[in-house]
Amino acid sequence: MTFINYASREINCKIVYYGPGLCGKTTNIQWIFEQANPEKRGKLVSLATETDRTLFFDFLPLDMGTVKGFKVRFHLYTVPGQVFYDASRKLILRGCDGIIFVADSQKARMEANIESIANLATNLKENGFDIRTIPYVLQLNKRDMPSAVGVTEIERLLRFRNEPMIEAVANKGTGVIDTLKASARQILMELQRA
Amino acid sequence: MAKLDLMLFEEEYTLLTEIINRLEKDASAKVVFLVDKNGQQIAAAGDVKSIDATSLASLTAGNVAATDGLAKLIGEKEFSLLFHEGEKDNLHISIVGKRGILVVIFDQNSSLALVRLRVKKASKELQEIFDQVENRAQRESDSGSRFESPFSEITDEDIDRLFGD
Repeated sequence: MTFINYASREINCKIVYYGPGLCGKTTNIQWIFEQANPEKRGKLVSLATETDRTLFFDFLPLDMGTVKGFKVRFHLYTVPGQVFYDASRKLILRGCDGIIFVADSQKARMEANIESIANLATNLKENGFDIRTIPYVLQLNKRDMPSAVGVTEIERLLRFRNEPMIEAVANKGTGVIDTLKASARQILMELQRA
Repeated sequence: MAKLDLMLFEEEYTLLTEIINRLEKDASAKVVFLVDKNGQQIAAAGDVKSIDATSLASLTAGNVAATDGLAKLIGEKEFSLLFHEGEKDNLHISIVGKRGILVVIFDQNSSLALVRLRVKKASKELQEIFDQVENRAQRESDSGSRFESPFSEITDEDIDRLFGD
């Protein structure tokens, strides 16, 4: 649910990074934080455990510049990936404008990816969204891992609606901005259609 | 889309800002924020510069969402009020209607009782404005004669520019 403030000429969009535990959601937004112009980024808020696992969410506000005279601001959130934090994941999806699903390319994590997409579908539905229609981007992360499954095979397993699919190595920044850009494009085009 | 987009126009924004400015004075508060339940700041009053408002909005919404979850777990509809007491500053968080959260930060120059009293009155007024916003959006959506969005002519180039390409 986009928030458009005509008085201050601002538009705020919420993008949620979803995916199984340790797939690299936080790494994505940490990389964006490190690369972003300090004047354009807000504080990176991480509600994490002592072992740096996401407990509730990470949050990064980004000022992107202007479109048609409106300041565009993205609010990036990650969910906690671990299975038992499902109640928190559901809450974070509230009012989201777009989803970036971060898949872990390693063979051993394929089942976790599939389960996480199913979980996303359920949680979106409970928030009144449809996974088949909401702006949605699939990122194939950890492409540099030796046990990474081939792209065609992952596509067969995880891609279900011809969504943009981007290969990434988030800890090196590869594909991180392209993923965000694909999501931004979908969300802003959605506004055009609205 | 699950819900209609929240669109705020000049006059509604002015009214909301007037109400929270008044609340900030009447409650002898330091800062008052109006935030939406998705974590976006709508309006602010008082010594706003002293606080990272964006993070505050996001964390408040997270806090309210988590508390909502707790309420449902024990069979309550919601906890409409949260209060955090600090050594110097205190945080009073209350729900306004379906989509608003009112955050009042105050110190020893005020009291919980006064803040509660003033918040109650302001909430009613804010609720009326939110209802107006919602009704307008609903009318426009029903009649199909929606306000012409400035984004109707957005192009690929506009989006590329955002990313500095």
